[in-house]
Amino acid sequence: MSEDLWITLAIGMIAGAVRVGTPYLFVSLGECLTEKSGRVNLGLEGILVSGAMVGYAASYLAQSAWIGVASAAGVGLMLGLLHGLVCSLPRVNDIAFGIALILLGTGLAFFLGKPYIQPQAPQLPNLLLGAWASDPRWQSALSVNALFPIGLALAVLLHWGLRSTSLGLALRLVGDHEGTARALAYPVIATRVAATAVGGALAGVGGAYLSLSYPGSWSEGLSSGQGIMAVALVIFARWRPLGCLVASMLFGAAGALGPALQSIGFSSGYHLFNAAPYALTLGLLIFSSRPRQTLAGTPGELSLTR
Amino acid sequence: MNSMSNKAIALEVIGAGKSFGAFRALDEVSLKVAPGTVHALLGENGAGKSTLVNGLIGYQPLDQGQILLDQREVEMSNPRAAQKLGIGMVYQHFTVAPGLSVAENLLLARGDLPWRIDWKRVRQEQQDFMRSAPFQLPLDAPVASLGAGEKQKLEILKQLYLKHRLLILDEPTSVLTVQEADEVLGLLRDMAHRGEITVLMITHKFGEVLAYADEVTVLRRGRLVAYSPVAQATHENMARWIMGETEGAADGSDDGAHAMAREASSTTSRLVVQDLSVLDDRGLARVHEVSFNVKGGELVGLAGISGNGQKELIEALTGQREASAGSVTVDGQVYRATRAQMRRHRVFSLPEEPLYKGCVGKLGVGDNIALRNFDRAPIRRAGAFVSRSAIRTQALARIAAFNVRPPDPDRPIATLSGGNVQRAVLARELSEPVNVLIVANPVFGLDFRAVADVHARLIAARNAGAAVLVASDDLDELLKLADRLLVISGGRIVYEVGREHADRAVIGRNMAAGH
Repeated sequence: MSEDLWITLAIGMIAGAVRVGTPYLFVSLGECLTEKSGRVNLGLEGILVSGAMVGYAASYLAQSAWIGVASAAGVGLMLGLLHGLVCSLPRVNDIAFGIALILLGTGLAFFLGKPYIQPQAPQLPNLLLGAWASDPRWQSALSVNALFPIGLALAVLLHWGLRSTSLGLALRLVGDHEGTARALAYPVIATRVAATAVGGALAGVGGAYLSLSYPGSWSEGLSSGQGIMAVALVIFARWRPLGCLVASMLFGAAGALGPALQSIGFSSGYHLFNAAPYALTLGLLIFSSRPRQTLAGTPGELSLTR
Repeated sequence: MNSMSNKAIALEVIGAGKSFGAFRALDEVSLKVAPGTVHALLGENGAGKSTLVNGLIGYQPLDQGQILLDQREVEMSNPRAAQKLGIGMVYQHFTVAPGLSVAENLLLARGDLPWRIDWKRVRQEQQDFMRSAPFQLPLDAPVASLGAGEKQKLEILKQLYLKHRLLILDEPTSVLTVQEADEVLGLLRDMAHRGEITVLMITHKFGEVLAYADEVTVLRRGRLVAYSPVAQATHENMARWIMGETEGAADGSDDGAHAMAREASSTTSRLVVQDLSVLDDRGLARVHEVSFNVKGGELVGLAGISGNGQKELIEALTGQREASAGSVTVDGQVYRATRAQMRRHRVFSLPEEPLYKGCVGKLGVGDNIALRNFDRAPIRRAGAFVSRSAIRTQALARIAAFNVRPPDPDRPIATLSGGNVQRAVLARELSEPVNVLIVANPVFGLDFRAVADVHARLIAARNAGAAVLVASDDLDELLKLADRLLVISGGRIVYEVGREHADRAVIGRNMAAGH
């Protein structure tokens, strides 16, 4: 392979990291926040699909992509709130309800989304960060969706907030040791419900990205399990927001492997390479697992790890 | 908080009373704790100690009575009020978040924080605090990396950080080693005697009272039965106060139990362990070719500093762990700790931490009692069915025989107190004839009366002809119970001595050998 092809491949992967990785970023940040409070929300997959559908519909009806994003966040917030409240009832298992929420979210989205499969809604703008480059490949690769810098800022904000705000500390306390939180009179249930709701809102935005990033549209095959993968991502990221950023970009790049290879004329095994993120998940989870000890950073109250 | 003085607080309680329904948990209890002293609160589980303390910190306000701090009457309606007045509580179980750092745990204890935390300033403040504190901890260390003693220190540091001047401690040393307990209590006593804090401490350990407290108050059945300077208290009179005059005389003495009528110990060994080796969780050899035997009608104590292989050895004998080499025979036949062999050879066990290692916490007391025999008649019916009524009948009989409280077979066993969990396990293990009994730390965390109960049962099993092996971290317990002592160190039996020649100092030296 010539040097030029390598550059094309690299650019394709970098562009893919951002393009494919952005929804992972939002969903994993949402899941990170939720899990830091001691709950698991597997339903983010359902919220993601609902967010994609509602975001697209709202964008079409209001003729504004940003209203679409806000609506997706709103729906995510409501579904997250539902998860948070139901799981606060005695003897409700958050894993089981999360699975129910996947089915509910996708089912509702498919049902309500039928009329929006055809029409064209306004799309989110792209920022042309590559205007300086003379190489058109860089120009197109660095044409980045406006949600990406927002996600980037959000990761940094969460990283700072979990450490340096009273809300963030209280959230981690609640997720780490419920008994202590109660002894110190911190509101355990309210904190968890709020964290799950906000986590849902972030997943909703991730969904909106799927349907509203150029050249997006709403269809039923839009999500390929990003919501579920986010749970694995958060574990791999050791429940650190900046870790989520790195992991999302890594998964994005892996997801772009197939198309990037195709763009340099290497198209055999296209579908196999599309499975790269999933193989990567398995590999990373096996690699990072410790059979005899819990991972550092694991929230102590998490039902997944207890 | 700044309005609070830097001096120890005087506490006085007058006529405290509290009822739960018809049950009088606390009745006319008055108590005076001078500033700058350590005051011990003794009593059995259920004597009203926790009720009193919960009232003092406003967790469950008292029905009657006055609370005076520095001679001023105060209203204690909720824990926040107590905190504002400078009263801090250290619970028996840790209330620290293991995933957060020491600094974060200290800060969170403060409550009403500003929304944005200025870590630079907080750090400066905490470093200053640490310099003046009686013990130091690394601020950045995650709490999960601290040992039990350090976590207990963090609990106390938290109270000092909040400038609390009256510390209430609920069995502060139950999770500490002897050395850690000595260090923590010594430092607290010194602080108190310097006039910086006042300490009210719930405990079951007489040694701690005698060594570290200035005064002692004893509660029994919700009433105050004794109040004395520690200088005038002894083991004997504290035991008598706790148990009540008559009962104390009857079963307070274990030597009496020891001399109880028994079958002469047979000359044949019932339990023979030959060259047994066992691996630990990480796959490293922990027990190295250990050999010993226990005769019928003999109680053998296994002494050793915790972590020297006794846990793995006991687990191998009770079927909780596989041995890597060697053999065990019971009454001359090979024994591999299967359920069938346990039943055939009548091998029973009291594992340590009975709630976690010997019970299913969420199951009822009756179901737990049936765990040894639910698969046999009369509980098993028609091949594959279990008779609830047979379980219930058995449970009621055994609960009565072993005095398990409350006597409710359906209650989840995890909701019982430690002493009653152990009684329920005893009821399961000792209701049928026993040939071999394997026991580990049988009275850890139990109160005085439960300890006496458990010990009497072990002696009774031995007297009935069982071979009893008791491993315990508490050497005094073994010296009291055992006919013969084995000392394990570094996974090997390094010393053996009969009861009559047992010498504390020699045994201690052997326990510490190789350390």
